[in-house]
Amino acid sequence: MFSYLIRRIFIAVPLLLGVVFIVTASFDLIPGDPAALILGEFASESAVAELREELGLDRPLLVRYVDTVVNVVQGDLGRSLSDRRPVATILGETFPLTAQLAGTAIALVLIIGIPLGLAAATRPGSTVDNVIRVVSLAGLSMPVFWTGLVFMVIFSVNLGWTPVSGVGTWQHLILPSVTLALPSIAVIARMTRSTVLEVLREDFIRTARAKGISERSLLWKHMLRNAMIPIITVLGLQLGQMLGGAVLTETVFAWPGVGRLTVFAIFNRDYPLMQGVVMVLAMVYVGVNLLVDLSYGLFDPRVRYA
Amino acid sequence: MSLPEPGAGGPASAPRGGVNEARRKAIRRFFGNKLGVAGAVIVLAFVLMAIFAPWLAPFDPADQSLLTRRQAPDATHWLGTDEFGRDILSRIIYGARVSLGVAIGSVGIGLLLGSVAGAIAGYLGGVVDTVVMRIMDLLLAFPYLLLAIVIVSALGPGMINTIIAIAVWTVPAFARVARSAVLQIKERDFVVAAMALGAKEQRVMRVHLLPNFGATLVVYASLYLAYAILMESALSFLGLGVQPPRASWAGMISNGRNYLTSAPHIATIPGIAIALAVLGFNLLGDAIRDVYDPRATKDG
Repeated sequence: MFSYLIRRIFIAVPLLLGVVFIVTASFDLIPGDPAALILGEFASESAVAELREELGLDRPLLVRYVDTVVNVVQGDLGRSLSDRRPVATILGETFPLTAQLAGTAIALVLIIGIPLGLAAATRPGSTVDNVIRVVSLAGLSMPVFWTGLVFMVIFSVNLGWTPVSGVGTWQHLILPSVTLALPSIAVIARMTRSTVLEVLREDFIRTARAKGISERSLLWKHMLRNAMIPIITVLGLQLGQMLGGAVLTETVFAWPGVGRLTVFAIFNRDYPLMQGVVMVLAMVYVGVNLLVDLSYGLFDPRVRYA
Repeated sequence: MSLPEPGAGGPASAPRGGVNEARRKAIRRFFGNKLGVAGAVIVLAFVLMAIFAPWLAPFDPADQSLLTRRQAPDATHWLGTDEFGRDILSRIIYGARVSLGVAIGSVGIGLLLGSVAGAIAGYLGGVVDTVVMRIMDLLLAFPYLLLAIVIVSALGPGMINTIIAIAVWTVPAFARVARSAVLQIKERDFVVAAMALGAKEQRVMRVHLLPNFGATLVVYASLYLAYAILMESALSFLGLGVQPPRASWAGMISNGRNYLTSAPHIATIPGIAIALAVLGFNLLGDAIRDVYDPRATKDG
């Protein structure tokens, strides 16, 4: 187990280094001089030169990259250009809000998505199955920001049940988290359905049935546990979907998390802020998927971390 | 999102009665799938809408009028008008060009680059394989949308840059499909046998490889067209994608946000077009997958 852990971390490290590289190199994709672009056309020569130095643009890409890696390892993500505070501090304020949103959404996915998938899989071909299939496909097809707006029109504007936007009470959390969770609920329901159907075909299920085991214990002990690995894997990937989806959901509901911060950074040409946010989100994503890999052993005794 | 395992979309063995017989069977099976046919009809409708937009649209999509601002749907403007008095139906019809254009362009580029890279990696193996696939892993390390945001925010918004950003995002998926298909098929008995019997490489490719590998790619392409439409709409909604005055569905939604209380139809109606188009490609992709992997539906 321990050596497996070490090996997995060794795979994650180059991935993170690569992420930092892409984000650093994205500066060079910007047509023209980013410093001049940030400061606008009336900026003085010296101000532009100063900013170029601050952003490290006066140095070659590789030097800049090594510097960034050294800084990031020390927890220094640079300074925001718009309010001069360290990017790490700003992220410290906004990240918990996004985590709250994504955490609630993941909980909704587990509570709603998995039972829906099970309901469909245990009655394949039935009306319940067909309804769940069509509804989940529809859920997958609607753009997140649009569902958010439709929810807002129905539940906030017309019915007045929930606050329109912002943060504060638990009621503020309802619409954004449901909106964020919806596509993932659909994905997990579909995934659970097909995985469970797959597991049901396995020999050990037939053996268990032949032993005369109760359907209930068959479901919990044999089926769900074996179906859990693909479901957990997809759940990890869904988190990535959510971190990105948060950009849209937070924009719609004016939720002051990392997603809205990303959009703010882009429109204010606050490149250090944007790069910091993207790097941290990618790290969280890679980290979660590492945890997902490690959790396999919990669910499937056949997995040995040799 | 439940994509088939790479390579799993192909028939389990080489078609026995020849390619044509297998194709006829596949087509028959497809038409037996009601949801799949519905998907095909939806997709076809949107494609026709995009092609014949100037003939279908009742009004000029750019025609502004102060007198008809923010009107709810009625007999003249079937889907109402927006904040500039422009006809929403006409803008949706023209918007199909943007959404489908970006989706087809980006998935086309992604499919081409991805499958070539993946096939080379799978065929050559070794260092090339490792390098190519690690680059693909790297592209997948970014949470959904963020890589596209990084690219578009550097290159600047606009239709071409949106296509590039989405294409980059689709490359790894096609590379993985192509690589595992090549790896799998390379070793399959029927390919080895065909080669041993002295079949020309071209024939092996056409008769054995393409039908197997092609089906998986078509399934992926259809599903990724759905994702690409969603991705374009996300970027355009944020103001990073296709720019006004070009009518894009998500751009219409974004503008309509300011009138949610007084004229909610401006923001909500174009979303139905996005959802329908995406649903169409999803249904189509699912159905094509089922045609080639009947196991997926037979049991349920």
